[in-house]
Amino acid sequence: MELLNKKPAGLVDMKMHYCPGCGHGIVHRLVAESMDELGIRERTVGVAPVGCSVFADSYFNCDMIQGPHGRGPAIATGIKRSKPECIVFSYQGDGDLASIGMGETIHSAARSENITIIFINNAIYGMTGGQMAPTTLVGQKASTCPAGRDTKVNGFPIKVCELLTPLEGAIYLERTSIHNAQHVIKTKKAIKKAFQNQIDGKGFSMVEVLSTCPTNWGMTPLDGAKFVAEKMMPLYPLGVFRSPEKEGGAN
Amino acid sequence: MGEKILMKGNEAMAEGAVRAGCRFFSGYPITPQNEVPEYMSWRLPEVGGAFIQAESEVAAINMIYGAAATGIRSMTSSSSPGISLKQEGISYCAGADLPFFFANVVRGGPGLGNIAASQGDYHQSVRGGGHGDYRTIVLAPNSVDEMGNFPMKCFELAEKYRMPAMILADGILGQMMEPVEFKFETVDPKSRKEKGWELGVASGRGKRIVKSYDLRENELEKINFIRMKKYQEIEAREVLYETRNCQDADLVIVAYGTSSRIASAAMKMARDKGLKVGLFRPITLWPFPSRELAKMAEKVKNFLVVEMSMGQFVQDVRLAINGQAVVDLYARPAGIPASEEVFAEIEKVYKKIKKAGPVKKAAATPRPRSVQAPVKKSKPAAKKTATKSKTPKARPVKRSTPNVKRVKAAKKKGGRK
Repeated sequence: MELLNKKPAGLVDMKMHYCPGCGHGIVHRLVAESMDELGIRERTVGVAPVGCSVFADSYFNCDMIQGPHGRGPAIATGIKRSKPECIVFSYQGDGDLASIGMGETIHSAARSENITIIFINNAIYGMTGGQMAPTTLVGQKASTCPAGRDTKVNGFPIKVCELLTPLEGAIYLERTSIHNAQHVIKTKKAIKKAFQNQIDGKGFSMVEVLSTCPTNWGMTPLDGAKFVAEKMMPLYPLGVFRSPEKEGGAN
Repeated sequence: MGEKILMKGNEAMAEGAVRAGCRFFSGYPITPQNEVPEYMSWRLPEVGGAFIQAESEVAAINMIYGAAATGIRSMTSSSSPGISLKQEGISYCAGADLPFFFANVVRGGPGLGNIAASQGDYHQSVRGGGHGDYRTIVLAPNSVDEMGNFPMKCFELAEKYRMPAMILADGILGQMMEPVEFKFETVDPKSRKEKGWELGVASGRGKRIVKSYDLRENELEKINFIRMKKYQEIEAREVLYETRNCQDADLVIVAYGTSSRIASAAMKMARDKGLKVGLFRPITLWPFPSRELAKMAEKVKNFLVVEMSMGQFVQDVRLAINGQAVVDLYARPAGIPASEEVFAEIEKVYKKIKKAGPVKKAAATPRPRSVQAPVKKSKPAAKKTATKSKTPKARPVKRSTPNVKRVKAAKKKGGRK
C-alpha cells in the first residue's frame, strides 16, 4: 500500500487537548509541515504563549519555550538576536497578541525583527472561558459582554494586519482563514512564506489566521466554520497586506 | 588584570559584565542607571554581542528570558520602578531555572520617588520580588571596584545554580567614579561548554523545552521542593560578608552598600575617640549571613543597623540575632546619612551601653544560643526586640530608647523622642 500522508516530523506524536472544531490543531499541523518541507525543524525554536495553545511547547517537535502572556515577540527577539542561526517563531492568540502583547507586537514589527509570528484570531478568549477579546465582533456575545459587544462600552474590534500595515518594518503581513480546505491550503502557503522570509533574512513576517472556537462561541464545529466565513471575513478581509514583493512593502 | 582604570560605577558594571562573557543586553532607559545601556550599546557590538533598547522594561526582561534560554550570558539593568515592571519576567526565569544577571541601581521610592540613591528595594530584592516561591541571589557592592567585579560572580553563581542573580546597587554607586581593577580572566564565550538545557540548533538531539509551568497533579510542588533544597544549599555555601574592627567591639554597625561606606567613616571617627566600634557588612543579601551575625551576637550585645530605607534590612538582622542582642536602627528612608550623623548615633547608643553597665559579663551566663527561637518562653522573638525591656533575664539592663530612630524631619517637629 502506498503511504499518501503521515504525521509531519514537526509534530510530536501525542493527543492534543484542543476542543472539537478548534482551529489550533490545523494550524499546528501547517506550521509543522512547513518546518519539514523547508528542512528547518532542527534549527527552529518556537515560543508558546499563555492561552489555549500554552501546550504548543509539547506538541511541536522542535526546541520550545513558553513565555508570559503577550511577550512572545520579545522572547523571540531575545532568541533570534542571541542565536541568529535559529529560525524563531512565536505562536499567539488574539488576547495574547492584540491585547496584552500589543506593545511587543508593534515594536517587534517596527524593529523588523527577523522572526515569524503565527497569529490565531478566533475573536474570543478561549482558555479562560470565552471572555471578550480585542478582536471580538461588534454584537458578538462573550462572557464579559453577555449582551453582545457594545461599542459604547467595549470599543471596536482591532484589525491587527491593517494596524501594522503602515509600519515599514512589517515585511510580510497576510490574513488567511482555515474554515475550509481551500483556505487551509492557502494558509499553509502563507505560513511557509513567512518562514521562508526569515530564512532569507528579510525581516518581520506575520500570518493572521481566522480560526474557530465553537466551544466558546456556543456553536457546532460546522456552524463555527460558517461563522468565520459569514461574520468574521467581512470584518477581517483576507489577503496580503504587505509583502517583500508587493509595492509599499519593504524589501 | 592588574590595571587600574578610573570609571563610573555603572560603566564599571557594564564593562565587568562584558569581560565576564555577557553577549546580550536588553534594557530601557531609567535614571540613575542610564550609563549601563549607553555603554552596552557600543561595547557589545564591538565584541560581537547584541544590544537592544527595548520598548519597555517588560519587553526587555522577556528578551532576556529568550536570550538566557539559549545559554548565552545575558544581562539587563534598571532602577526601582523599572525593576518592579521586570518582576514578572524574573519570576518566569526563576520558574524556568534560567541563569542571567541583572542590576538594580536603586532610586528613591515608592512610586516615581526621586532619582537619588536609596536602599528602599531591599525587601523586593531579597524576598524574590515577583510572584511565587523563589529567590534571587543578591550581591551588594559598596565600591566601583566591586561594581566591576561582581558581574562575574553573579554570572558564575547564576549558572552554577541556574537562577537569576542580581547586583543591588544605588544611585551613588552607579554615578560615582573610582579606580576599578578587574580581578578575573576575561571570558571568551566561544570557549564555554554546552550546558545541555539551552535552546538552539538541535542537529540530531531531541527537542528541549523551557517552561515555568507544570499543570500535572502534585508535580509543581515537587519542583518547588527541589528548588527549595537548592536555595538551602546556597544559604549554606555562598554567603559573603566582611567584618572590620569587630574583635574587641562593644558596638557593631551592620550596613550594606553605600551606607556601609558611610558607616565605615563613622566607625573610624568613633575609633579615633576611643569607642570600640566595629562594622559588619553583608555582601550577599540573599543568602543572608544569618549564622555569622548570630555567632557575633554571642559576644557583642549591641548592634546598630544603618540603612537608607524604612527598616527593611534591620528585619533580617533581627531575625538572625533573634533576641540575643540589642539591635538599634538608624533609618534614612529617602535620604543619605552623613558620617557625622551616624557617628552622633553611635555616641548616643554607646552612652546607653556604658550606662547599662557590663553587658558582656552578664550575657556570658548560659542562655540559648541557637538561631532557632527559644520557643519555651512563648514570646515571639520579633516582639522581644521591638519592645523595650522584656528581654531575657540574663540582661540586667533597662533599655528605654526606642529601637527605631526617627529621621531628622520628625526630630524637628519636637515632642517626639
